[in-house]
Amino acid sequence: MEKVINGTAVQVNDQGYLTDLNEWNKDVSIEIAKEEGITMTDEHWEVIAYLQDQYRNNVPLSIRGIKKSGVINIKDFYRLFPGGPLKKASKIAGIPKPVSCI
Amino acid sequence: MKNLLILGAGTAGTMMANHLRNELPKKEWTISIVDKRDTHYYQPGFLFLPFDIYKPKQIKKPISKFIPAGVEYVMEEVDRVVPDDNQVLLMNGNKLDYDILIVATGTNIAPAEIEGMEGPGWQKDIFDFYTYEGAKNLRDKLRDWEGGKLVVHIAEMPIKCPVAPLEFAFLADSYFTNKGMRDKVDITFVTPMDGAFTKPKATAALQHLLDDKNINIVPDFNIERVDNEKKMIVDYGDQEVPYDLLVTVPTNMGDALIERSGFGDDLNFVPTDKATLQTSVKDNIFAIGDATNVPASKAGSVAHFEAEILTENIKRYIKGEPLKDEFDGHSNCFIETGHGKAILIDFNYTHEPVEGTFPLPGVGPLKLLKETRMNHMGKMAFRWIYWNMLIKGKHIPFVSATMNEAGKQLEPEEVA
Ligand SMILES: Cc1cc2nc3c(=O)[nH]c(=O)nc-3n(C[C@H](O)[C@H](O)[C@H](O)COP(=O)(O)OP(=O)(O)OC[C@H]3O[C@@H](n4cnc5c(N)ncnc54)[C@H](O)[C@@H]3O)c2cc1C
Repeated sequence: MEKVINGTAVQVNDQGYLTDLNEWNKDVSIEIAKEEGITMTDEHWEVIAYLQDQYRNNVPLSIRGIKKSGVINIKDFYRLFPGGPLKKASKIAGIPKPVSCI
Repeated sequence: MKNLLILGAGTAGTMMANHLRNELPKKEWTISIVDKRDTHYYQPGFLFLPFDIYKPKQIKKPISKFIPAGVEYVMEEVDRVVPDDNQVLLMNGNKLDYDILIVATGTNIAPAEIEGMEGPGWQKDIFDFYTYEGAKNLRDKLRDWEGGKLVVHIAEMPIKCPVAPLEFAFLADSYFTNKGMRDKVDITFVTPMDGAFTKPKATAALQHLLDDKNINIVPDFNIERVDNEKKMIVDYGDQEVPYDLLVTVPTNMGDALIERSGFGDDLNFVPTDKATLQTSVKDNIFAIGDATNVPASKAGSVAHFEAEILTENIKRYIKGEPLKDEFDGHSNCFIETGHGKAILIDFNYTHEPVEGTFPLPGVGPLKLLKETRMNHMGKMAFRWIYWNMLIKGKHIPFVSATMNEAGKQLEPEEVA
């Protein structure tokens, strides 16, 4: 479905995740973060860039992966994106919600 | 003579030994299989052992009983694979040469991955049921446990048989009800996933059952540590869940031999093509079952479907033909829901579990995604099928390696 964020029309799924990373930009990102109650800082952007990189390289996201990333530790990851950090950060990064493999 | 070598004589390795001995000419190929153990466990039985539903002797048999004539069984631990030399080194110093290698060493629990899990409470008030010893110790504990907070917990994904922890919670409800002490037991299911299951339709059906059975769920819980003293598990977001009895499924990892060989991922799973089952390590190394990193369930039924395709691909590889890229992630699994009933789900890489009939479209007799007594009988029959057909590599009537779309209520876009 289409959603207008900050004047820009983007495609999102029923849970509000962007369906095309090409439609992502910082302004869209800041708005999505606001909806999640998060104000973006440099620390946040660093994590977002890392997640997008992993996604482009087809690396599935996991807490274990974050732990080994060298970019951020898990405690800080929870501090920056309280609640469900992987899900929230993915949404703000414009990448799909991480799925655990069944 | 050429050598085909199989590492691991569990569900998948044993099936491959049986399939390939029938297919490869004895005059051209020797087949050997290595395992560090002499016992083959029926792992689905680990779910029932804690509740005294199965006896130990029903779920363990000698490995040698299932290795066909014409296949050499080597009982020794594998140290590592040396792909450049086409050689496997054993812990006793022996070396085995191979022309084709199949890695089928499965996955183990790794409780040491979580701080405090193997602390003073391990096997006292913290148990696993993914090992024979864990399941048996837990049975002894449950026999005279007086009740309290029972927490059933998944540490991190992926785990083998991903529905087993949920089944454990359902069976616990049934067990304590039968013992007349359900009111003394508070059951909580704690998971890193955002619901009872990842696939939406099955999650809805299972959530309904959790509510029905008065089982609490704590989703999105990424465990950081177990506090043995305060008896609680704590996640990275500082969420705390107290327990009197913790039944956990620790992190699942491939065997350390994969790490020693230098080709596993973070969890020691072998990078494997999800459609052909050839590894990316080297073209004469294949992998099957729980040991691979393919995004399918780690389950015996999946290994069974994979075995049909891998057998075909080994034959093609020998003839120098292109491999069949047909494995679709087909998975079929009974979910025991307690009180003599079960649900059956059937799905693959792209289709989530839906309602319908199985294995005969429109007929059944088993019903998909519905709780029935017939499904429970199917689950119980699975033990017989496992020992007598599955690991012997016999074809199971009506059930095909790739998923059947007929008889299922698929969403329109899924049928594409
Ligand atoms: C509680 C529970 C319930 C389950 N329920 C179901 C179910 O209902 N339905 C279903 O389909 N599946 C179920 N499963 C999953 C199923 O048992 C596994 O997916 C299946 O056994 C995997 O087969 P495998 O051959 O890959 O691994 P395994 O059968 O585990 O075999 C691996 C073998 O490799 C050997 N090995 C490992 N490392 C080495 C080494 N270094 N040297 C020598 N040998 C080595 C091991 O000794 C072992 O024998 C369940 C599992 C559990 C734990």
